[in-house]
Amino acid sequence: MKLIDCQNVYMNYDSTKAVNGVSFSVDSGDFLCIVGENGTGKSTLLKGILGLQKVNSGTITFTGIVNKEIGYLPQKTAVQKDFPASVREVVLSGCQSRGFRLFYTSADRKKAQKNIELLGIDGIKNKPFNELSGGQQQRVLLARALCATDKLLLLDEPTTGLDPFVTAELYRIVDELNKKHGVAVVMVTHDLKNSVQYANKILCMEHDGDFFGTVDEYMKTPAARMIFGGGTNA
Amino acid sequence: MLDTFIQMFSYSFMLRAVIVGVLVALCSALLGVTLVLKRYSMIGDGLSHVGFGALCLALAMNVAPLAISVPVVVIAAFLLLRISENSKIKGDAAIALISSTALALGIIVTSMTTGINSDVNGYMFGSILAMSTTDVYVSIILSAFVLVLYVVFYNKIFAVTFDENFARATGTKTGMYNTLVSLLTAITIVIGMRIMGAMLISSLIIFPALTSMRVCRSFKSVVVTSAIVSIICFFIGLFISFAFSMPAGASVVAVNAITFGIFSILGIAKRKLS
Repeated sequence: MKLIDCQNVYMNYDSTKAVNGVSFSVDSGDFLCIVGENGTGKSTLLKGILGLQKVNSGTITFTGIVNKEIGYLPQKTAVQKDFPASVREVVLSGCQSRGFRLFYTSADRKKAQKNIELLGIDGIKNKPFNELSGGQQQRVLLARALCATDKLLLLDEPTTGLDPFVTAELYRIVDELNKKHGVAVVMVTHDLKNSVQYANKILCMEHDGDFFGTVDEYMKTPAARMIFGGGTNA
Repeated sequence: MLDTFIQMFSYSFMLRAVIVGVLVALCSALLGVTLVLKRYSMIGDGLSHVGFGALCLALAMNVAPLAISVPVVVIAAFLLLRISENSKIKGDAAIALISSTALALGIIVTSMTTGINSDVNGYMFGSILAMSTTDVYVSIILSAFVLVLYVVFYNKIFAVTFDENFARATGTKTGMYNTLVSLLTAITIVIGMRIMGAMLISSLIIFPALTSMRVCRSFKSVVVTSAIVSIICFFIGLFISFAFSMPAGASVVAVNAITFGIFSILGIAKRKLS
């Protein structure tokens, strides 16, 4: 089932063109990695999908979900560095997508607790968020994102600043959410190696044209051959 | 000391100052946590200068101070927020522009009419004599408005403060909540600056939040602690001001500064021990 369909999307970053006629789609169960050089509009495109930034032309269509049912893992902000908040408070704040409510219901609390356990952060749920390691923080933000959705996760460069071990661990967690729990994943990343290992689809955004297709198709493109070597003709 | 304490409450003007002051201390502490975390501390300072200008205008026109200053400061709050969101003009510079312009206007209007008299001095540095009975009622209603809205929107305010992009992506109207916070801040500042003075009111917003953040590590505990710290500091400050005949606003700020120092040491000790 198709979740998102983007057709010929154009977007600006400040006043320069960032996204130039991108077309792709996300089906339920997909693990799509958006790769490409800096400045090719990957994060801007993500913001367009989330409705955080205006799309100049083209269409983004949602079927089966509404756009506030997307779980979003944003890039870290400067505010969060010294923000006093416990892990539980952060995860619970994901439970707000269903309109206005005065306080969290017991269903919200249960959902938050379920996701805390799912991501293995039960032992640190009363700890302050800003004192956690980078990997632990990403788990907390993933748990928060899962409170907002069980259908689609959008991750914006989640492994930036993480060491290789923690990066591998994060990919394993996201992969498990995708395969075992059926959450579709869209991830913006610079990490090509892990992308082709875990994803089933690749959107490669380059200044001279985009590629969208399955990982197998991507590996046959000249760009991928240049990076991975001609031998890996998967 | 107990005698002085009882004596303090025997004056009706002191009682009015205590009522309004405690309410303002509470409101500003709550809003302060959000403002400090969002790096909007200077908005409080800017608004108080605009408030000063408005009060001078009200004095010159001989109308009720709150009737003029509440709408003017609210409008200024909207403007400042819009400017802060606009990346082309840097927020802090814009605040400095607006606040010094408002201050200048206030002084020009004053010099053309009454001159710098004790009323204007009171607006600058605060006066516990400033509150009339009507002012007290208006202040109680406005503070209640601030408190109720803050409690009702507490979870949303947390979400928007912690991660505006995530909140927007999950369907929260973040613009509305930012506007709400600046509206509540504007009201709190206008009420509080009568006692604390235009030059000193912003400390009431910034100090309690920073003080509680030295020790507390969750959002809820920071909010609750800063509310308690703020009220206690105001009370002690007012008492000192009464007992030693010192200006109220300055005494409250001094007590806040000392408390900040104590909490900083406590925070360091807490981290060393854990």
